Amino acid sequence: MKFSKRNSSLVATAVAAALLMTACGGSDEEGSGEGEAAEQAGGTFSMYIGQPENPLVPGNTNETEGGQVLDSLFTGLVQYDAETNEAVFSGVAASIESDDKQTWTVTLNEGWTFHDGTDVTAQSFVDAWNYTAYSPNAQGNSYFFANVAGYGDLQAETDDNDVVIAPPVAEQMSGLRVVDDLTFEVELTSPYAQWPTTVGYTAFFPLPEAFFADPEGFGEQPIGNGPFQADEPFVPDEGITLTKYEEYAGDEPANADSVKYVVYAEQETAYTDLQGGQVDIMDTLPPDAIASAPDEFGDRYIETAQGDITSLGFPTYDQRFADPNVRKAFSMAIDRQAISDAIFNGTRTPATSFISPVVKGHRDDACEVCELNVEEANSLLDEAGFDRSQPVDLWFNAGAGHEGWMEAVGNQIRENLDVEFQLRGDLQQSEFLPLKDAKGMTGPFRDAWVMDYPVAENFLGPLYSSAALPPAGSNYTFYSNPEFDALLVEGNSASNDEDAIAAYQAAEDILLEDFPSAPLFYRLNQGAHSENVENVIIDAFGRIDAAAVRVVG
Amino acid sequence: MGRYVARRLLLAIPVMIGASFLIFAMVYALPGDPIRALGGDRPLSPGVVAELRAQYNLNDPLVVQYGKYVGNLLQGDLGTDFRGRQVIDTISQRLPVTAQLTLVAILFEAVIGIIAGVLAGIRRNGFLDNLVLVSSTLIVSIPILVLAFVAQYVFGLQLGLFPISGLGEGWYSFLLPGLVLASGSLAYVARLTRTSVAENMRADYVRTARAKGLPNRTVVVRHTLRNSLIPVVTFIGADIGNLMGGAIVTESVFNLPGVGRAIFDSVRQQEGAVVVGIVTLMVFFFIFFNLVVDVLYAVLDPRIRYD
Repeated sequence: MKFSKRNSSLVATAVAAALLMTACGGSDEEGSGEGEAAEQAGGTFSMYIGQPENPLVPGNTNETEGGQVLDSLFTGLVQYDAETNEAVFSGVAASIESDDKQTWTVTLNEGWTFHDGTDVTAQSFVDAWNYTAYSPNAQGNSYFFANVAGYGDLQAETDDNDVVIAPPVAEQMSGLRVVDDLTFEVELTSPYAQWPTTVGYTAFFPLPEAFFADPEGFGEQPIGNGPFQADEPFVPDEGITLTKYEEYAGDEPANADSVKYVVYAEQETAYTDLQGGQVDIMDTLPPDAIASAPDEFGDRYIETAQGDITSLGFPTYDQRFADPNVRKAFSMAIDRQAISDAIFNGTRTPATSFISPVVKGHRDDACEVCELNVEEANSLLDEAGFDRSQPVDLWFNAGAGHEGWMEAVGNQIRENLDVEFQLRGDLQQSEFLPLKDAKGMTGPFRDAWVMDYPVAENFLGPLYSSAALPPAGSNYTFYSNPEFDALLVEGNSASNDEDAIAAYQAAEDILLEDFPSAPLFYRLNQGAHSENVENVIIDAFGRIDAAAVRVVG
Repeated sequence: MGRYVARRLLLAIPVMIGASFLIFAMVYALPGDPIRALGGDRPLSPGVVAELRAQYNLNDPLVVQYGKYVGNLLQGDLGTDFRGRQVIDTISQRLPVTAQLTLVAILFEAVIGIIAGVLAGIRRNGFLDNLVLVSSTLIVSIPILVLAFVAQYVFGLQLGLFPISGLGEGWYSFLLPGLVLASGSLAYVARLTRTSVAENMRADYVRTARAKGLPNRTVVVRHTLRNSLIPVVTFIGADIGNLMGGAIVTESVFNLPGVGRAIFDSVRQQEGAVVVGIVTLMVFFFIFFNLVVDVLYAVLDPRIRYD
């Protein structure tokens, strides 16, 4: 999972200009650029996106821009309720059941078709998943199938220099078995009770036979089973217009006749277009507009909680930060609310748990040391014998707008703990990530995560379990505790939600004790829309349900 | 003349080969691992990483990588970017956009710049002269990024005279960005013309022409201007070459999918094939337009002969 990296240094330089503009006062005229088209029922609307980073193939899309388009083109086995963030069976699956939480039987609804008229069958899912998992196909989402039995057989053997030594021994995962047209079985490597909730994610969408004949053409003009279809190819840096799929089998077909996704290089430009009525919806707003947008757009301004977390990770491998009490002291020295207000216009919620509030299992009072407590912090630091004369390095990746808040963190550490800091934010992701993988962090670092699916486990396992140690996973603090791992396994194999949550929370308690990283914020997504549309909802993935949007004209 | 042009074009070949290797080497020398960055915070599976590295020859040393690139190039294959999109497709999509933007900008630059320069130059220290001097100083001193945002805000949003962004309205979409892009050079052309015209107005041959009783119009247009245009043409010619390389700021602010943005994105993602493909083409354009300028010299100044 990654953030879009569109916010380049160009944006930073644009700040001055944008400030200048906002100072001129907002425009009152909300022209309706698409007025005529909106007269008929249905109508058409346009939406901002950044440039998708990959071809529009579900198995290769793990960022929000391409994900937004694919979400309109495909419907998965389950869908996520925009309010409760729980999986609901309004998608292709009629049921997903298992006795042992390890072997799952997926039963599909009848009547689902792809945009080319072919049926959505069990084979459509099994073929798609095998294709994505098979390493020679180089699909970015391959790892989502790592818990399916036989996944390893589809992976080429590699040496330490990332060179293939031996090709995969199989092309199909032994854990996927088609029973009949509407039924297939999935055998996991270990029990995972939350598995049905995971399959609403982009990586799990079905693929029609047409895909396998021409994956490249498909990547430009996908054939899905969702509420909208692509009549024309996607044009990089320009966008794509999707039209309503009349044979859509889901409960909620598209309200509008068509949606036009417009790719913008700069959010600022898109925002000006939104003010001028040339684009109808933005699912994110440029940082400079956040202060003025609520007044300017009124009830057409939207704000929703994102399923994510930003933490200050600690290099547990570094002698200086090996003591959990040192890490807790740093956490207690940070006034999260003050940073949110000063740097983010209040659009970050101070974190109170390792688990995001949008998923079940979050506790509002889990993290005591996430609250500012200067006295306690200093006495912890003294007890631990921390050397305050040496500055601490604060690491983050360059060019993504992290400078401001990391500096604020540093200032608070200096003020509250009397420890100097040094910002280490010069490296782009292509250098920063390999350094994180190689235990190269010499001080606390920015550690951020956007959930793949709304499950508490997704905030724990991929970030702190021993199985997720780099280079295989995202456990950049290199934290490892068998007890924690065991509790995750217990939660994964629990027979009901309550037991699972209890186990996950017990695991979180261990995390709170060992404190490999300090939870800082949960993000709030801001969006706004023109008078041309209504029923615009941003979900916890930061996406807008294009089918739900109504054109009012 | 024909031999001269042919020789210059032949010379372009080693220059382009050299340039492509240099650019290739520079992208190669960029620190960091582009494939690792593709995965983001969540690393790709090792098998996928290995596959991608092999696909893009990233495990080979520089010379081998370049050799493979040229080998493919000779078969008409410019390679693909990390998205799997053909570089040739990217170029054929972007180039027309940048070409149109360049054309509009050059027209503004030449027409307005030269007219303003001539008007200022024939009456030094007159009202028009001072107006041109002050306004050109003002324009040159504002960064293009600010100019672009302000123009977009005032003329696009507030007054609604131009589309705010995008290609939706054909040539009309290029007017505002073209003017913004041209502004700096326009001011420069005006000043260059002004100085040159003012200088020539005092030259002997102009005095002779006036003494012969030629009308002022003929003196200015046929005699002074023609002579004064040589440095201006040199500048405009070089500027076409520059502008064809893409204007990252203008293209980004006005959301025009041109060459500049493609280069910017691909440099950041360390996509050697894309950078080299586009930049080598730009080198060719640069050489070509400079050649056109040199040929134009001979037309403007009969004393210059190339054979």
